Amino acid sequence: MKLSRKFVSDYIDLDENLSIENIADAMTNVGNEYDFAGPLVDCTKLVTGEVIECIEHPNSDHLHCCKVNVGGEVLDIVCGAPNVRKGLKVVVALDGAKLPGGEIKKGEIRGAMSNGMLCSKAELGLDNKYLVEEDHTGIHELPENTEVGLDALEVMGLKDEVIDFELTSNRGDLLSVIGMAHELAAIYKKQVKDIDLNYNANKENVNDVFKVKVETDDCKLFLAKKVKNVTIKESPDFIKSRLIASGIRPINNVVDISNYVMLETGQPLHYYDADRLGDTLIVRNALEGEKLITLDNQERSLTTMDIVIANNSEAVGLAGVMGGLSTEVEDDTKNIIIESAIFDAIKVRKTSKKILRSEASNRFEKGLDPKRTYLAMERSCALLERYADAEIVGDLVEINDLDIKDKDINITISKIESVLGINISKEEVISIFNSLGFSVKDNNEFLTITVPTRRLDINIQEDLIEEVGRIHGMDKIEGKLPILDVIRGSYDKTTREIKHKLSNMGLNETMSYTLIPNDKVHLFTTDEFIPVTLNDPMSEDRNTLRYSLLYSLNEVYKYNKARNNSNISIFEIGKSFFKDKEEYREDTKLAVLMSGDFSLDISNTKVDFYHIKGIMEELLYFLGYDGRYSLIKDDKIPNEFHPGQSALINVNGQIVGVIGKLHPSISSSDVYCLEINLSKLLAIRTGTMKYKDISKYPGVIKDVAFIVDNAITSLELEVFIKKSAGKLLENIQIFDIYPNIEEGKKSLAYKLTFSDSSRTLSDDEVMSVFNKIIDEVTSKLNAKLRG
Amino acid sequence: MKEKAEQIKSTLLKDIESVKKIQELMDLKSKYLGKSGMITELTKNMKDLSVEERKEVGMISNTLKNEVTEIIEQCEKKINEELLNEKLQNEVIDITLPSKKIKRGSLHPMTRITEEFEDLFVSMGYTVYSGPEIESDENCFQKLNLPKGHPARDAQDTFYLTDEVESFLLRSQTSTAQVRAMEENVDKGPIRIVCPGKVYRRDEDATHSHQFMQIEGLVIDKNVSMADLKGTLELFCKKILGEKTQVRFRPSYFPFTEPSVEVDVTCFKCGGKGCNLCKQTGWIEVLGAGMVHPDVLSMSGYDPNVYQGFAFGTGIDRFAMFKYGIPDIRTIYGNDIRFIEQFDRKDED
Repeated sequence: MKLSRKFVSDYIDLDENLSIENIADAMTNVGNEYDFAGPLVDCTKLVTGEVIECIEHPNSDHLHCCKVNVGGEVLDIVCGAPNVRKGLKVVVALDGAKLPGGEIKKGEIRGAMSNGMLCSKAELGLDNKYLVEEDHTGIHELPENTEVGLDALEVMGLKDEVIDFELTSNRGDLLSVIGMAHELAAIYKKQVKDIDLNYNANKENVNDVFKVKVETDDCKLFLAKKVKNVTIKESPDFIKSRLIASGIRPINNVVDISNYVMLETGQPLHYYDADRLGDTLIVRNALEGEKLITLDNQERSLTTMDIVIANNSEAVGLAGVMGGLSTEVEDDTKNIIIESAIFDAIKVRKTSKKILRSEASNRFEKGLDPKRTYLAMERSCALLERYADAEIVGDLVEINDLDIKDKDINITISKIESVLGINISKEEVISIFNSLGFSVKDNNEFLTITVPTRRLDINIQEDLIEEVGRIHGMDKIEGKLPILDVIRGSYDKTTREIKHKLSNMGLNETMSYTLIPNDKVHLFTTDEFIPVTLNDPMSEDRNTLRYSLLYSLNEVYKYNKARNNSNISIFEIGKSFFKDKEEYREDTKLAVLMSGDFSLDISNTKVDFYHIKGIMEELLYFLGYDGRYSLIKDDKIPNEFHPGQSALINVNGQIVGVIGKLHPSISSSDVYCLEINLSKLLAIRTGTMKYKDISKYPGVIKDVAFIVDNAITSLELEVFIKKSAGKLLENIQIFDIYPNIEEGKKSLAYKLTFSDSSRTLSDDEVMSVFNKIIDEVTSKLNAKLRG
Repeated sequence: MKEKAEQIKSTLLKDIESVKKIQELMDLKSKYLGKSGMITELTKNMKDLSVEERKEVGMISNTLKNEVTEIIEQCEKKINEELLNEKLQNEVIDITLPSKKIKRGSLHPMTRITEEFEDLFVSMGYTVYSGPEIESDENCFQKLNLPKGHPARDAQDTFYLTDEVESFLLRSQTSTAQVRAMEENVDKGPIRIVCPGKVYRRDEDATHSHQFMQIEGLVIDKNVSMADLKGTLELFCKKILGEKTQVRFRPSYFPFTEPSVEVDVTCFKCGGKGCNLCKQTGWIEVLGAGMVHPDVLSMSGYDPNVYQGFAFGTGIDRFAMFKYGIPDIRTIYGNDIRFIEQFDRKDED
């Protein structure tokens, strides 16, 4: 909402010494923010002048050398405009004048002295929508009777200041100059002045010649009036310049008055050419597929959700949004039907979102004061009589299903104090309500506040408390800490600890987008699930909620690699989304991706499978799952993994994740990934940490190496040794791997620790177990003892 | 006899001068003290001597034996010391060569700042609450006083999910946690929570990302006011943005709070003098807050005549951008490793 200072000054006397920025800041302090506050036209040193001599510039084929009387002196000015001529009244930018295009300085132009500039309207920085072609091609021509030496902006009616407000959506009442005047009155403790509604109606009764039928529940108040014999012409300057200051392009006096009244009262109006319309208006829901050509000459296709205004044959307007072309007020229009009505805010909002946002729809959406619906009709007649020579037909077509009355709300000072946390006197509270134009009845224990209908946002005592806070000054509230019971705060410690653990192991945490392309949602998983997609995505790239985080991490990897960051060790914890029957489900997943060098040493280590396996084991150990997990190879491993370097992660018999190298078809470089469903994993109980007795008796260490078939895994051999050894084997650790020691065979060497917590083992005991291991491994696993 | 002993001793002292290695010393030791060594030789014929003579020879040879042992031990000690010194000399390294670096990783800055927020509120007895990212329209809007068609919904262009249009959505605000916390609190007693988390809106430019993070706070009790809200936010802003930070309340409008305020802090770049960041105003808007609307309380089963509450919400990304000086929000979600790695040390408290 752009507020013109001149316009609002019709309704409130503002101190002339207040700068526009001061006023804007004061409004901000009561909750009305602004984008801009300043002059309507940001120019200085512009005066009116008369061209008293105009000759061709000797050194140019298009410039003219002019002598311009600016009142009190005559200036030599060089001008290039084609329309410059002797006797013309012009806008002169004097030496040192500031224009949007820069500062005007006197100087020589092709050898001739120029002490200023003759201005076009475009050069004043007015928005293009207010300009016609001549405003760009030639200098502005002032009326012949203009006096010279005056402030040119004043003469043109452009000497005004504007605040462009960003209003909150509950303050529809401020989308009007009168509403703004009430708000300023509360701030500056002033009175709001009355609006002039005087006009003479003729003896006829509009109800005899015009009928309105409302056939929808979406219109509770509809007023119509007829005026006759209007003269369509240009609006007076004050109307034009106030419309411009408010951001609306002037068209002709009649159209301008409808906009002017909307700006004043907040009530959008519509004027129909009465002769083209006929004698009836019907307010109804549109038919499915009904067509309407709106004022902007666009054919709109409507649905039953839209409200239309129709005559006996067709729709003639889209209620609350825009009028129709067929009954538009044109230059030959004589008689007018004025519509002032309230349409359902939500319906207008839906239609305008679909079709067009307009000044009118913006006001309907936020809600209107029904008293203003009447006021705007009266004001409209007053101005049409005065500025369009209209003859006003008597009486009013009125359909009113509303109960229009001011609201009474009771409130106590102690409630105000307990919500705001301040001390405030009854006198101040009463004075605040009075300044807002609310009347107050003091019932001793409580106050009864009567809220005028214009304040649709005020319905309960908390709304009144906010008004007290706003006008008293929210910032005057002194902060203090609440006095509350001491209770224990808490947070999700496990997730935090996992993040810290992983970062301490050298991984960087990423935070990528949850939304991914639909055709990627089944990558990196073989799970069967229904993906969650968006109804109305911003782009095809982000239309589905991810199921696996590995797609995102691989994208992060590719992004970094393209920027020459090739050593990547990253992780992310985030939600995985899917639909289970009719329910939306969210699991928390952890994904890790490693590629390139892992160490920062000068002798770098390339990441391989065993690095990422180490990360996995360290994490599972940390979380308490040591000895309860295994890696499983089966056909559920996603195709995006290298078949020979990947596995599923099994914890306590449940598959909780996948680990492995990415398939060369997915990544040409060596990239290793891990994904664990934390929701599944952490549901597996681990038991609490308990102390285990440390053996007082030293263990006996024996080394042994076996040559076995390549097909036998290290884990298989280890498990077999443990089984053969029995309980005296305290620890087994692989310490050497010799691949291809013989054809098809490898050597695996282990360090075995034997001990018993109650005694020192004898050599014979150890040797007997040791020999049993060797016997069983060599006989049952087709292995050889390595000499 | 005495002369003989003296002679042996002086021969030893002479012999030992040329000893350099431990083996030479051992040879010398056996030459003098061994079974057929010189000192043993001296007492070889003892049995042929008289008692007095034996006594004398015994005494002299014993003394000699002790003296010789002492001399040899001294020499051994000296050789060992030399050996150690030699070893230390040989082990001198260039300490300026690069270290064997310990791999370090960083938490994402959003995690760091979220933890900072959480720790502060947890220390004041708040519980960190986390709700789902897929929400019902009812929880995200309707029970927050934003019925269908409410104009304030426009400020949050929401992603709705397929099938059931306008019934499920990606949460556009963590304020939805208010509703969940109140509904889940069966005994309808006091509440103190913060809810940090990801939220989604159809918006994308240098200061808006379609995915970003918010934190919502909610306190419900019998006696909390706007003054308590202000004190809490003052504490919060000072902790996160610096002790000199001042907090300003400006009236505003949110459908789920009444009264509502926007919260400004003194610009951390210029300290309130006015600069480009704060558009010369000295203030930067960082939070929205207010007293929980009585309708919101009653819709979730709380009696607004008994309970009052305050709520606040802010974009965590915005705080991260301010705190670390990150100009473009897209950097945060770009995940360039050189960006993340900058947050790998302890920050000043």
